[in-house]
Amino acid sequence: MSTKLSSITKKKTSEKKFTPRIVVFACNWCSYAGADNAGVSRIQYSPNFRIIRTMCSGRVTPGMVLKAFKLGADGVLVSGCHLGDCHYIFGNHRAIENFERTQAIIKTLGLEEGRLRLEWVSAAEGPRFGQLIDEFVGEVTKLGPSPLNNSNRRK
Amino acid sequence: MDTTTAYLKKNRVFNCLECGKCTAVCPISRFNGTYSPRRFASRGIFYGSGDIGKDNLLWSCLTCKQCSLVCPANVNYSEFMRDARVEARAMGFSGNPSHSGALHYIMEMTASPDLKQQRTGWITEDLKTCKEGEILFFVGCLPYYQDFFSKDLDFSPIDIAKDSIKILNHLGIVPVVLEDERCCGHDFYWSGDLENFMKLAELNLKEFEKAGVKTIVTACPEGALTLKKLYPEQFGAVSYSVLHLSELIAENLDKFKLNEIKSRITFQDPCRLGRYLDIYEAPRKVMSAIPGAQFREMQRSGKKAVCCGTSAWTNCDSYSKQIQSWRLKEAKGVGADILVTACPKCQIHFRCANKNEENGKNIDIEIQDLVSLFASALA
Repeated sequence: MSTKLSSITKKKTSEKKFTPRIVVFACNWCSYAGADNAGVSRIQYSPNFRIIRTMCSGRVTPGMVLKAFKLGADGVLVSGCHLGDCHYIFGNHRAIENFERTQAIIKTLGLEEGRLRLEWVSAAEGPRFGQLIDEFVGEVTKLGPSPLNNSNRRK
Repeated sequence: MDTTTAYLKKNRVFNCLECGKCTAVCPISRFNGTYSPRRFASRGIFYGSGDIGKDNLLWSCLTCKQCSLVCPANVNYSEFMRDARVEARAMGFSGNPSHSGALHYIMEMTASPDLKQQRTGWITEDLKTCKEGEILFFVGCLPYYQDFFSKDLDFSPIDIAKDSIKILNHLGIVPVVLEDERCCGHDFYWSGDLENFMKLAELNLKEFEKAGVKTIVTACPEGALTLKKLYPEQFGAVSYSVLHLSELIAENLDKFKLNEIKSRITFQDPCRLGRYLDIYEAPRKVMSAIPGAQFREMQRSGKKAVCCGTSAWTNCDSYSKQIQSWRLKEAKGVGADILVTACPKCQIHFRCANKNEENGKNIDIEIQDLVSLFASALA
C-alpha cells in the first residue's frame, strides 16, 4: 500500500497549467467494479486520478487519506458501496465515521474541505463514476494545487 | 569511534552493571516478558546498533525514565533508546505507528511552511486572546486531538485549552495564541526523526520571535519539556522562559476564589512533567487548594509514578492496555472518584483503556485534566 501511494504522488511534471493529481480509494465490491464498468463502457472522463483498490471503504483510515495528502495529492476521493449494500454489512458506516474525522482534521490543517470527498458508487454505475471524477477534478482544479504539493514531497 | 560506540559512551551504557533494576521497574517488562532494558543495554554493548535496531521492541520503550532513576550506574537509558532509534531509522525501520500513522502524518504536514492552519476556531468570544504580546499560550496538538479523539472517547480535548485561557484571563493575562503555531516536535524527537523535529522547531522559534514572546505557558508537559529543554539543546539559548500552567496557578493561588468540589481525587504524574521537568509539588498544591476535594496519593506516585502506557504514538499494543488498566485499578484502589492528570495524552490513553471492557465491565473512574478540574472550581 505504501509503495503504491508514494509512486502515485511522486511523478511530477512542471507544466504550467495545473492538472490536479487525485487519489481514489475504491472498494473492491462496488466502486472498483463501477470504475471497471466505466472502462468497458468506454466512457470518456478525466485521467487525473490514480485508483487504489481496498477491500472495503471502511478500511480507508484517516491515516491513509492523510498520507496521500502529505505526499502531495491535490484531492482524495473515498468511494464505497451504497448504504445498505456493503459487502461487509456495516463497512460503509465505518467509512462515514472515518471520513468525518478526516474532514475535520483537513479543515484544521488549513486544506480546503472540497479536497476530500466521500461518494457511493455501485458496480453498475459506470457512467456516474466518470461523471463524478469529472466533477471532482473540476472542483479541485478550481481550488488550485495543495499547499503540500511541492514542499513536503519525497525526492 | 563509530556512531554506536559514541552514543553508548555518551549515555554511559558501558557503565551498566547488569543488575536488572531497570527491568524490575520497567512497566513494559512487567507485562511483556520479552522486553528488558537490561538485555537491551547488553545487546547494545555486544552487538551494536545493528542488532537492536532491527528489533521491533526498540520502539516499545516509553522513554518514561523510570529505569534511569533507579540505575546505580547512572545509565541514561531513555536517551540511549532515542539514539538507537535515530540509527534504526537510518536503517529503514520505524516501529509501528498507532492509529495507522495519522497523527504522525499530521505532525509531518505541519512541518510544511506553506501550510496555513485554521487552528484557532475554538476560541469563543468570552476568551480573551491576542496576536502579539509577551505571554504566549502554547496550545500544542489539542485542536487535532479534538478532531481525532473527541467522538470515540466522549470528551473534548480542546476544553483543556479553553479552560487554560479562562484561568489566564482570570489572572488578568491576555495570552497570545498563534494561528500558525506548529506541533512542538516532541514525538518526532523521541521516535528518532530529527529531521522533522528540526523543521518544526525552526518554524516555531520564528513564530515566537515574530510575536515578541517572553514567557510561554502551556498545559501540556510534553510541550513544556520540548520548548524548555529540547529547543535550547539544539539551537543554543532561547529568548523565552517556559512555565507549565500548574506552576503558574500554584504561584498565584491566593488570587482565585474557588467553589467546593466534593470528591476524592488522585493524581497521575505525567513522566515529562515529573521525572523530566521535576515538577511534583505544583500540581499537588493546585489540587489541595480546591475546597472539598480529598486528595489521595497512589502508592506509585511522584518519582515512582507509572507511565500511561504509550508514548510518541508508537507501538500501542495489548501490553500498553495492561499498563493502563493496572494504573486505573490502582487509582480506583485508593478510593478515588476522579483520576486527575496534567497531560492531554495521559487522559487520552486512560480514557481509551477505561472504555475497554475487561471481564465484562470497565473500571469506571472519571478521568480529568488538572486544568479542567481547577477551572470547574472557579467561582
